[in-house]
Amino acid sequence: MTDTTETQIREFLEKSIEENEVMLFMKGTPNQPMCGFSARTAAALGALDVRYAALDILPDPRIRQELSELSGWPTIPQLFVNGKLVGGADIVTEMYETGELAELLGTDQPAADEAPEAPAAEAPQSAPLGLENRLR
Amino acid sequence: MPTATELKDRIEGALPGARAEIQDLTGGGDHFRAEIVSDRFAGLSRIDQHKLVYDIFGTEIGGPIHALSLKTSTPEG
Repeated sequence: MTDTTETQIREFLEKSIEENEVMLFMKGTPNQPMCGFSARTAAALGALDVRYAALDILPDPRIRQELSELSGWPTIPQLFVNGKLVGGADIVTEMYETGELAELLGTDQPAADEAPEAPAAEAPQSAPLGLENRLR
Repeated sequence: MPTATELKDRIEGALPGARAEIQDLTGGGDHFRAEIVSDRFAGLSRIDQHKLVYDIFGTEIGGPIHALSLKTSTPEG
């Protein structure tokens, strides 16, 4: 994908954030997270049973670079809701625990014994949008 | 490779009056957990509180400091 430019990546990221009410940028996919922080964040969303879009930032280092420039946030994962950066793993986990995340997403907080540990059995429409495919 | 003490000194130096407790999660100097109490966080959203701390380290986050997990609060809680 050397023929994809930084500008195209940036535009794709902006579009993803704009078009998906709940947009998670992560390392790996919800079913196969490649980092503990990404896993924890996806698990919180999974536990709330919300639909969300997820993008694996690993295939091209420029995705992460452009995303961090766009958001002003240095680390992955990054969760956007309604076009606004909510936070990374720490903030999302904290908000999950306090019930603020459920409130923000307009869903019900699950019972305490359903704490997020593994991704929900029913994965979100997470076909990691291959950037290659979407940027043609 | 930064140490927990270095991180503590830099955070407390950049945010006067702040108290920072740093844990080196792996012992390898690249995954840290910081709990920071500062009145500079008052009135800021969590995002902005965390950005204030990340800004101290700039590009070191994601570089030499692979991960810096944060918990921020104000003295009053």
